[in-house]
Amino acid sequence: MTKHETDFIVVGGGVVGASIAYGLLRRGLTVNLLDEGDDAFRAARGNFGLVWVQGKGANSTAYARWTVQAAARWQSFSSALAALTGIDVQLQQRGGLHLCLDNSELARRDEELKGIASTIGEPYPYEILDRKAVQHRVLGVGPDVVGGSFCPMDGHANPLRLLKAMHAAVHMLGGTHVPGHHVEMIEYRSGAYELKTPHARFRAPRIVLAAGLGNRQLAPMVGLRAPVEPIRGQVLVCERALPFLDLPTLHVRQTGDGGIQIGDSKEDVGFDDGTSLEQMSQIAARAVRCFPDIGNLNVVRAWGALRVMTGDGLPIYEESSDQPGAFVISCHSGITLAAMHAEVLVHWLCGNPKPDLITGFNAERFDVQAH
Amino acid sequence: MSTFDVVVIGAGPSGITAALTAANRGLRTALIDEQLSPGGQIYRNVDAVDNGMQTILGPEYLHGRTLTTRLQHSTVTRIQGASVWQISDDLEIAYLQAGVSKTLSARHLILATGAMERPSPMPGWTLPGVMNAGAAQIMMKTAAAVPSGDVVLVGDGPLLLLVGKQLLDAGASIKGLIQTSPIAQAGKAMRHLPKALLAPGYLIKGLRLLTHLRAGRVPFFRTDEAVNILGSDRVRGVSFIHKGQRIELTVDTVLLHHGVIPNVQITRMLRLEHRWDVDQQTWKPCCDGHGRSSNPSITICGDGAGIAGALAAEASGAIAGLDACFALGNLSEGERQKLVRRPARAHRRQLRIRPFLDTLYRAPEWLSAPLDETVVCRCEEVTAGQIREMARLGCKGPNQTKFFSRSGMGPCQGRMCGLTVSSILAAENGVSIEETGYYRIRPPLKPIPLLALSQARVARSAGTERNSQPNEDPTHE
Amino acid sequence: MFKLIESDAPQRRRICEIFVDGEPCQAMIGEPLAAALLKANCVPMRYTPVSGAPRAPLCMMGVCFECLVEVDGTPNVQACATPVREGMHVRLIHGARSIGQLGGAAQ
Repeated sequence: MTKHETDFIVVGGGVVGASIAYGLLRRGLTVNLLDEGDDAFRAARGNFGLVWVQGKGANSTAYARWTVQAAARWQSFSSALAALTGIDVQLQQRGGLHLCLDNSELARRDEELKGIASTIGEPYPYEILDRKAVQHRVLGVGPDVVGGSFCPMDGHANPLRLLKAMHAAVHMLGGTHVPGHHVEMIEYRSGAYELKTPHARFRAPRIVLAAGLGNRQLAPMVGLRAPVEPIRGQVLVCERALPFLDLPTLHVRQTGDGGIQIGDSKEDVGFDDGTSLEQMSQIAARAVRCFPDIGNLNVVRAWGALRVMTGDGLPIYEESSDQPGAFVISCHSGITLAAMHAEVLVHWLCGNPKPDLITGFNAERFDVQAH
Repeated sequence: MSTFDVVVIGAGPSGITAALTAANRGLRTALIDEQLSPGGQIYRNVDAVDNGMQTILGPEYLHGRTLTTRLQHSTVTRIQGASVWQISDDLEIAYLQAGVSKTLSARHLILATGAMERPSPMPGWTLPGVMNAGAAQIMMKTAAAVPSGDVVLVGDGPLLLLVGKQLLDAGASIKGLIQTSPIAQAGKAMRHLPKALLAPGYLIKGLRLLTHLRAGRVPFFRTDEAVNILGSDRVRGVSFIHKGQRIELTVDTVLLHHGVIPNVQITRMLRLEHRWDVDQQTWKPCCDGHGRSSNPSITICGDGAGIAGALAAEASGAIAGLDACFALGNLSEGERQKLVRRPARAHRRQLRIRPFLDTLYRAPEWLSAPLDETVVCRCEEVTAGQIREMARLGCKGPNQTKFFSRSGMGPCQGRMCGLTVSSILAAENGVSIEETGYYRIRPPLKPIPLLALSQARVARSAGTERNSQPNEDPTHE
Repeated sequence: MFKLIESDAPQRRRICEIFVDGEPCQAMIGEPLAAALLKANCVPMRYTPVSGAPRAPLCMMGVCFECLVEVDGTPNVQACATPVREGMHVRLIHGARSIGQLGGAAQ
């Protein structure tokens, strides 16, 4: 069995793992990016593509600030990716809308955003819009829309292109993407970690576990835990149309290619990435209430993809205390946080102090809650 | 929502026979079909075909009326003009009919969704004026029409020759038949000849077709590489190498045909097990001798289970119908064994010709390895070269490739490119096509308007009482 | 691109009028709309939303999705799977469809 030795091994070729591998390579480190097979439970495939700030971190000021900083870095992050790979990830960051279909929803929204803004300790621009103000921002909203919230930091990108661009960047910067290698065992041996897959062994002094739901099995191998659960998100994709929606909304957005994406449901269904009539129908119904004119668009695809969720919805960023150099990274907002992962997180992974904002994002917080 | 003992999807020869078999044994049976009238593609429009076309299409086509007539007089609930878009694990079937989503549920499901022509990617195959040969036959069956300009046929196989003959009889101008199956295959096919001679009538029919085309002064050509289809806004001709010489023909219509393959869209969506059939160079669902798939509640019959032709499909429909009866406890093992004997024998007789035909008309290698500039995914306009680039970027299979290149993401949902994309990736990565795999097919099976989808939930709970009336066709009330 | 065959046999063809981009055109009731459009020489039948490439039906049996047209105001309908009805209004599609009164108006 061959052995491959690099500075880092990143386990997981989805958006989170690829962001980290890209960031490490940009610092001149050598990286093997281990990936699963073609039909893996890949959260990235079901991603809705939002770069989203509003409402994030209602339960954690640190997470709210982490998200704000991530959004602020997106423009330069995507420009750098485009300069390197020639791939335009179709970032549009002119703000985003959350449409509300009744007044109590709108009132709750107002409360929630007010709460975040008052505690975050930095500028948190947003507006609560009445129906008229919504109509001023986007055309064609349905009669059921009573209002919404707008945040200028929000936007969206094309998750397909983003993942492709990061994989291309990994190749161009001399990293090795190794698909079809499911990690079966991790051992610490004479100063480095050895990862065993059915086909080969890989060796590195530092390893980053970014395997989404796979982290549940992998983390304990290095003395860590990743208590994440699969939450199914369903996404509908409609055929291409001429541009009609200027801004992304939380449930409906138009991609750079003209396709309309519709989400989002949160179902706790275990490891089933299928789709159900019930959920698809509900998602469609909400979208048609928001924008009645899209009713005769054809849905060409529906996905169920599994999201990686912790109990409190916040990430786990943790280095093993027993086995230094082994990190676990679990989060569900891989797109929004891509720039933070490629830049700030990588700084920490390279041996620098953990950023203050994320010191609390360890798995032990769930022990406290268990009481 | 109405519940049936057996729901059959697809009203071609196998689906009709399967439904009749189940219904005749007293099971509550529904037959769902996309077309407005039964017959499938092979007997399409057989009950209403133009009188002038009847002699041209011949007795083998009109045989379909024996099936549609029996169906007419049966207790099978016929649901025509219905496009299935989703099937749940517990066999709740959602279909779109006249723009409305409806559901029914089955205790046992029979899939009889048939075949499609093998996609023929070659330079220029997206140009208007290029059609599948089967499409030209559908024009004869449904519209009594033939190409008005000059035609060239490209490919090989019994259907191509048959369509050529029928077009000739119907007054079309055929400028040539360019055969693409490798000449060496003829030699290899010979060892299957003795068995083929035992199959009823096929060889004689084949020879008659060839004689007929030659008598009609159709020039025959043969090429070992991709044919270039020329034109900018529509076809103006083809260019190809015949006996070492480049030949250019000026034509208005190019008809392509490289055999037929099972339409695996529905069996893939249901995540049934599939295997690669080396002889037929296609995927097919894994079935036991009775057509039972890897899901014990689903039986598959007809060409959707593997290409064998219309008469074999009829026999396999009877076998599948009996299998459903057995699965539901309507038949004992012993009774089934007795009843299945006759259709099984008929089925075996029909299969004797296959090794000969599959070898003789093997699709050429170049078809599964198109030139870099050739469009592979017609909907998203992804070329073979771009698929190869995805392999270099680390894509082991078609799903990551789809994600990165958009191949298979358009309205046809991968039907036109699935086979080619997997073949290219397999060759590029130096692994087998089985290891490369196939697209994960997601619902909806056919595009469904968002509004109909949004109402599907309510429509389901409201129920579709009318469907519970036996033998009623809701589209023709 | 296609023509009706000549035939001496007595016919039961039921001819009707449909409208293609506003122009009246003859068709047979019940035949696939795509067939009627091919007989009326509506080729190319559409231009793709991706690159604007010209297309026409390939399969005539519902699998290739090359025959998408607008029928009575509903865009991207498979013409091969739509039977001709008296007086139907068909529009050939150039590129991506528009949504309601939006987007398309900008073109």
